[in-house]
Amino acid sequence: MADVPDPPERSLPARAWSLIAVPLGAIVLSLAVGAIVMILAEGLVTGRYDLTLPISAYRSLVLGAAGSGGALVSTVVQATPLVLTGLAVGICFKAGLFNIGAQGQFLMGALTAGAVGASLAHSGPLVAVTVALVAAAVVGALYGAIPGFLKAFTGAHEVVTTIMLNYIAIFTIAFLVAGPLRARGASFARTPDVGDAALPIIIGRDGHIGLLIALAAVPLAYWLLWRTTLGFEIRTVGANPEAARYAGMRPRRLIVMVMTLGGLLAGLAGAGEILGRAGFMPAAFTTNVGFDAITVALLGRAHPVGILLAGLLFGAMRAGANQMQIVAGVPSEMIDVLQGVILLFLAADIVVRRVFRLRTGRVGVSELQTVTRSYGEQASR
Amino acid sequence: MTEVVVAPALEMRGITKRYPGVVANDHIDLDVRPGEIHALLGENGAGKSTLMNILYGLAAPDEGQILLDGEEVRIAGPSDAIARGISMVHQHFMLVPVLSVAENILLGEETMANRLFLDRDEARRRIRGLGSQFGFQIDPDARVESLSVGWQQRVEILKALYREARILVLDEPTAVLTPQETREIFAMLRRLASEGHSIVFISHKLYEVLEIADRITVIRRGRVVGTTLPAETDEEDLAQLMVGREVQLVVDRGESRPGDPVLVVEDLRAKDDRGHETVRGVRFDVRAGEILGIAGVAGNGQDELVEALTGLRKPSSGKVRIAGRDVTGDGPRQLIRRGMAFVPGDRHRFGLVLSFPVEDNLVLTQYRDPPFARGLMRDDTAVRRYAERAMGEFDIRTPSSEVQAGTLSGGNQQKCVVAREFAGDVRVLILDQPTRGLDVGSIEFIHRQVVAKRDEGAAVLLVSAELDEVMEISDRIGVMYRGQLVALVDGPTADREEIGLLMATGGAGPRSEEAGTVEA
Repeated sequence: MADVPDPPERSLPARAWSLIAVPLGAIVLSLAVGAIVMILAEGLVTGRYDLTLPISAYRSLVLGAAGSGGALVSTVVQATPLVLTGLAVGICFKAGLFNIGAQGQFLMGALTAGAVGASLAHSGPLVAVTVALVAAAVVGALYGAIPGFLKAFTGAHEVVTTIMLNYIAIFTIAFLVAGPLRARGASFARTPDVGDAALPIIIGRDGHIGLLIALAAVPLAYWLLWRTTLGFEIRTVGANPEAARYAGMRPRRLIVMVMTLGGLLAGLAGAGEILGRAGFMPAAFTTNVGFDAITVALLGRAHPVGILLAGLLFGAMRAGANQMQIVAGVPSEMIDVLQGVILLFLAADIVVRRVFRLRTGRVGVSELQTVTRSYGEQASR
Repeated sequence: MTEVVVAPALEMRGITKRYPGVVANDHIDLDVRPGEIHALLGENGAGKSTLMNILYGLAAPDEGQILLDGEEVRIAGPSDAIARGISMVHQHFMLVPVLSVAENILLGEETMANRLFLDRDEARRRIRGLGSQFGFQIDPDARVESLSVGWQQRVEILKALYREARILVLDEPTAVLTPQETREIFAMLRRLASEGHSIVFISHKLYEVLEIADRITVIRRGRVVGTTLPAETDEEDLAQLMVGREVQLVVDRGESRPGDPVLVVEDLRAKDDRGHETVRGVRFDVRAGEILGIAGVAGNGQDELVEALTGLRKPSSGKVRIAGRDVTGDGPRQLIRRGMAFVPGDRHRFGLVLSFPVEDNLVLTQYRDPPFARGLMRDDTAVRRYAERAMGEFDIRTPSSEVQAGTLSGGNQQKCVVAREFAGDVRVLILDQPTRGLDVGSIEFIHRQVVAKRDEGAAVLLVSAELDEVMEISDRIGVMYRGQLVALVDGPTADREEIGLLMATGGAGPRSEEAGTVEA
């Protein structure tokens, strides 16, 4: 018996505000926390507490990310894999799945792009690039499909299986790149150069074509989720898997499909990093893109446009980090602190609401329910 | 009337509570005397729950006072309310099934033997004492899941008494009880009242209110529209007062003209989630143009039966046919295509996606068909146009079709489900508790729609723990008891008491050799 009256109709700006208020608040608060951490970290070492340090640090961060054409390109390049993997995680959130495996899918895509690219290094750019990208997308998709199948048909939780698959990816790469795929004569374990498979540069020094892929993926994801019947099914399974079953949707099939799609996007992101930037696949590819993607997806509230914005923000931080380190002397790892604190405030959204006296919406970032829900395998029945 | 002046045990004066756009309570006055059973009647959304939430400290009134024994109090929260002797028994039991009676009663009110351990013996003693004080023996060590609904209800009331409640608020306490159980609970309530407890009794069932209440207060749209005595009113008056217009309590339905059997069920068996066979060889058919009602105390296999029929659960054996075609084991998708529509009992679990707008919910089972879909694409305009029409036809009160379904009142939510499932050509209509928790106005409306569907030639299966509902609109009535259909009788001539007895005991109807065993 809900005697609660129907709320009056809310305007579009009001609804948009209710979506972005908490993420914005989280960003502002994390910048404040970051400032305190900077002052303290510096002060505890040198004994001087410089209250203006955050100002110069953030100033150089902004300049490094957007102070020049080159800086902007660098921001976009950094944002590209974050947007793609962010979408990989975000679409899964929409289906009620927590894809921690974007990292593994990303790495497998990178490996495939490196291996296929190297073998097609002299086959002409069109063929080499196309085949390498498609191969990476397919392998990423398959790598995403594995936990999808396991969840749908055995009920194995995707969080557990994707974490395991992340490790499997790391060690598969280490084995293959150090062994059969290793470039002869290289000073460290890596694949041969991708040659013709290198992505064409379209803007600036390193603005490769992968950023167009990321940019195209955003409206495509939006279109899929909100304009197609498949998207309606995905969102229904995510919001209420029991109702989805009742309505004649097929949760198992959808789970496999969505995880596959997530893997495809993450795989493409990996390919972009190898074909567009590194030019080869190293045996130890140190990156956290697939994990940062989780924060990106949460900050963007699993909405493609939000993920684009969040990806750009994080990309900007990555791009500006060097300048911050050089100019202000604040280590670039500060960026990880900021990202971590943002995630913390998204989870503890009540703090954000209190600080900014927000009254919008009824619950916090609803995607977090997917993160915290560790069982509830109704969907796989 | 005023020879004896006793301060009311509870007095609420001029309680006003505004929500954005709505005044939920508009200067409501309510007084409950010591030892009185005071019924609170009102439609869904009339403001009963808001008023009781204010009393229980869950909401703060914008205006007005609350007085206990003549003294003004401010109730800060539920624990404050409990400390002041106010207790609430919710419609949905708040019991932990795997814990014992005593453990459930102790929850939140642990009596400690010392710093570390509960004083279970003391608790057991007090629970037994309370039981015998109110005329029944209860085993404090029985697991709650092993108790019937009627006994669970008693545990809820005991919980309140254990906390030394003087004012008891009962929110639809009889919603899931058999007539016999209801009578027993009523006896208990009368006894409580005679010992000086004050009881606020919330119900939609008018005849129950007339039977149990000392006084009746009716609220409509947030205002008190009358306080009356049972002797001075009747069901028709109360219904009219409640709804604000004349209400037909039992819809006219004319005689059914049944055609050929459409839904045929043969020796159906199904297991529950824990692997116990709870549907144990059920056989019936529903003909075109008739309503078959299945009565039964909740938990006698109805849930699994309905799920097995609607494709949500795989039957372990048996056959289901729709219009001659074998559909055993088909999923919801195929069944929907065969013309089955289903109003599920738990609208929050199955029937609606609460975070979705009303319009999406109105096409939840038809989204993949034209005009709502063209190929892969959704046609949002078609969805909206259809939703707006359905909202008008089914009187779904919401400011717009874009409002989240979760913000609607229970009655409006249910109308969304009904509007969706009753749309189009329905061959087989399965209704599981279609009016649970709804007020008389909404019930009347939904019953009319059911009868209309029947007259259009649909085969209607109505499963309900509310015997009244089954009695009122069924052309034939079956009783489900321990997973079997123990009786199948003609609807219009069925005897209420007899059906109630069958619900409670299974009667002498057809029983198989295993009917007597209780599942482990």
